[in-house]
Amino acid sequence: MPRPGFVLEVDRSTPPTLFWHGERFRLEKLPVGSRVVYAPEPEKALDDPRAAIRHALHNPQGESEPLPALLRPGMKLTIAFDDVSLPLPPMQRPDIRQMVIEEVLDLAAAAGVDDVQLIAALALHRRMHDFELRHALGDRVYDAFAPTGLLTQHDAEDPDGMLHIGLTDKGEDVEINKRAATSDLIVYVNINLVAMDGGHKSVATGLAAYKSLRHHHNVKTMQHSRSFMDQHKSELHSSNWRMGRVLAASGVKVFQIETTLNNDTFPDQFGFLQKREWEWTARDRAAFVTVSKTLARTPARLARSIFHGIKAPHAMTSVQAGEVEAVHRITTENVYRQQLVAVEGQTDVLTMGLPYISPYNVNSVMNPILVMCLGLGYFFNLYKGRPLVREGGVLILSHPTPWEFHPVHHPSYIDFFEEVLADTTDPVEIEKTYEERFATDPWYIHLYRTSHAYHGVHPFYMWYWGAHALQHLGAVIVVGGDPKSVRRLGFKPASTLRDALEMAEDVVGRDPSITHIHTPPLLMADVT
Amino acid sequence: MKALVYERSVPKYAAAKLAALWSSATAARVGPLHLADIDEPQLPGEGWRRVRPRLAGICGSDLATIDGTSSRYFEPIVSFPFVPGHEVVGELDDGTRVVVEPVLKCATRGTACAQCSAGRTNLCERIAFGHLSPGLQTGFCADTGGGWGTTLVAHDSQLHRVPDDLSDEAAVMVEPTACAVHAARFVTTDDVAVIGAGTLGLCTVAALRGRRVVVAAKHPEQRAFARELGARVVAPGELDRAVRTATSSFVAGGQLTGGVPTVVDCVGSEASLAQALNIVAPGGTIVLVGMPGRLTVDLTSLWHREVGLVGAYAYTADDFGTAFDLVRSARLDRLVSALYPLERFREAVDHAAAAGSRGAVKIAFDLRKEKRR
Repeated sequence: MPRPGFVLEVDRSTPPTLFWHGERFRLEKLPVGSRVVYAPEPEKALDDPRAAIRHALHNPQGESEPLPALLRPGMKLTIAFDDVSLPLPPMQRPDIRQMVIEEVLDLAAAAGVDDVQLIAALALHRRMHDFELRHALGDRVYDAFAPTGLLTQHDAEDPDGMLHIGLTDKGEDVEINKRAATSDLIVYVNINLVAMDGGHKSVATGLAAYKSLRHHHNVKTMQHSRSFMDQHKSELHSSNWRMGRVLAASGVKVFQIETTLNNDTFPDQFGFLQKREWEWTARDRAAFVTVSKTLARTPARLARSIFHGIKAPHAMTSVQAGEVEAVHRITTENVYRQQLVAVEGQTDVLTMGLPYISPYNVNSVMNPILVMCLGLGYFFNLYKGRPLVREGGVLILSHPTPWEFHPVHHPSYIDFFEEVLADTTDPVEIEKTYEERFATDPWYIHLYRTSHAYHGVHPFYMWYWGAHALQHLGAVIVVGGDPKSVRRLGFKPASTLRDALEMAEDVVGRDPSITHIHTPPLLMADVT
Repeated sequence: MKALVYERSVPKYAAAKLAALWSSATAARVGPLHLADIDEPQLPGEGWRRVRPRLAGICGSDLATIDGTSSRYFEPIVSFPFVPGHEVVGELDDGTRVVVEPVLKCATRGTACAQCSAGRTNLCERIAFGHLSPGLQTGFCADTGGGWGTTLVAHDSQLHRVPDDLSDEAAVMVEPTACAVHAARFVTTDDVAVIGAGTLGLCTVAALRGRRVVVAAKHPEQRAFARELGARVVAPGELDRAVRTATSSFVAGGQLTGGVPTVVDCVGSEASLAQALNIVAPGGTIVLVGMPGRLTVDLTSLWHREVGLVGAYAYTADDFGTAFDLVRSARLDRLVSALYPLERFREAVDHAAAAGSRGAVKIAFDLRKEKRR
């Protein structure tokens, strides 16, 4: 039985706490009385994931027939799957997508379905590299579909490849991938790493165009999602659910397959990252020292490539299939079971160490905008109930925040950082003044469609992701970050955690309550 | 009289050129510029007057001269020793304040040429001839003195009376502003990019008010000025990126496939000209305002994209008139960041050479308290 999450109160005997710091670590001595929130231990994996998948496909949730009953000769079948942004880090082979899609294809073949296409549902993310597709789908699927052009990647800017389905009752455009929309059945294969993933968001976002996405990927939606990890309090989800229902009403049929993972995030040699510091064995301490000393002597670029080579031993804890909303209800419960940690009361100062990876820099560079997004967008929003940090409180991040960008993956990020953030960091102003120009820039569209670039509007979404935190917080301080980058983000740089805590006192007063969220592995605070 | 004097000395040029790699102050220390007590310049003839400089600016061309990096092209059209300083507000013996229009055209030399007859005095064909020693401008001629001394001589045709309501700081900005006004006359398109955000770049931005100007400024003070002076897009980093996003251009190699129809290069270096070629639209024009030298630049795109390259040198009397108005309306006196006495010329030169990074724009000498002898 895995142990649940835990909130430690730091006392004099507490060993230093591990902070992620990009491709490095920091051991920090938190003040006595601080709290540290630890994730639950990894849930037990399914004994036979393939059998569980087969069971789910034959025993659907909600108003859905079993998958074999939905398959027939002559039909048009589209299998859409989550892109490279999931899971984090990428998982060891076989990837969940491979296992699920192989089972679906076996059933399709048995039913005589011969019009099958696979689509990477990447919305406005970058196109996946071939090696990433091969990793996600496995050799058998990749070799069967890629050479014949039946493995495609969603292109939200293909004028002939999108179909406008209609409007929601709030006037939101619903426009999705034409191949998927005109299929007799869409099978969507999800990996639900966090509670935000899945549900109607899969098709309504993953296969959508800017025209649709702008209705929920905007500042207002983000500022009214408390948090976007809690579907019932998330405007982001409300909009996606409205769109999903329009799709269903128009006859677009979706068979949803959702999977959950345990938070077994790092392989053995990094096992200390999964443990609570006072439980480190001599071997863990030796591993930490070895890894830290090696990284200290390793050039940043090499360290990055070492970390991006890590494949997580994530294992499947559940799989459910069938009607979208019924499936997602179970999935969400399973995600919460793995990640929720009860935390009593908010804190004045929240600290977090940011790792080397976010959903948008897999095999890439964690640029400053992604640092902001990971800290203020993702980790800040890993709450249910109330934010872990009180309104007007201080968020302290630890990350080197280098002024560095991947020129192929993030070209519009560079311009966003250089031009937009130099002018203003106010999300409302940014949206009003700059979004449309970037979103419709033909060069960015060209790079998104033909290269491996995130869409021109994507850095805006990253900034909006943090809009709720920006509105809520009194200050953001970055420990050990490049001062120039940190200031460009509108935050304050500090060289040490002690300096940062002193700076925080200027905002929240003396002797503040301090809470450290010890992640990854991922956790979600259920704040009462 | 007290003056900074620039002498012909090949070893000192070489030393200055080498020292400039370290700092302009060092170049000023070892180079051919020195503070001296010299005789006042003689009035060359009728129509000439003594001018007592009050403020005299330090210009990019002055810095190139001090650093020994200016082109040998100038050798036949200057005369040694000379007192530098061509951005000058001074006063006549009767106390009238004047700005000197420094071009030593036919009217100052007793000659006549077709260009001057047509009013294009900046293109005078006689700048090395007539009764004056060679010298394209006051500040580069052995006979006239220059603004970096307590006295110079200037011809009536060079003098522009300063209105009483204009401060010395505003008046000293008239000459560089006139350069910008003249350059702006070459711009016939609404969209234009300006390379450089020093004095000349910022004045050019001001002169192009009403057009859609993109400019890159590395330093926060420059960015603030550029915005206030009317630039539509002020990029903190690379101008190429700013122009690309402003024009939604594509990129092939480092070259924008589109770009802006006009680029005004206020720097005049290899890098700035190469950048201008990267961002100018096919069929567009590059206006070279910053003083160039001997440059190595790949001109293939100039040929392939039918780009025009035109120089914009100095000004005419009309440009000076417009410059007075622009200095007043755009409050360009605020670009004067620091004043130095002649004795501290090395510091002044060093400050001017690093003006941007030190939050400054125009550095000038203040001669209002200098004794005449």
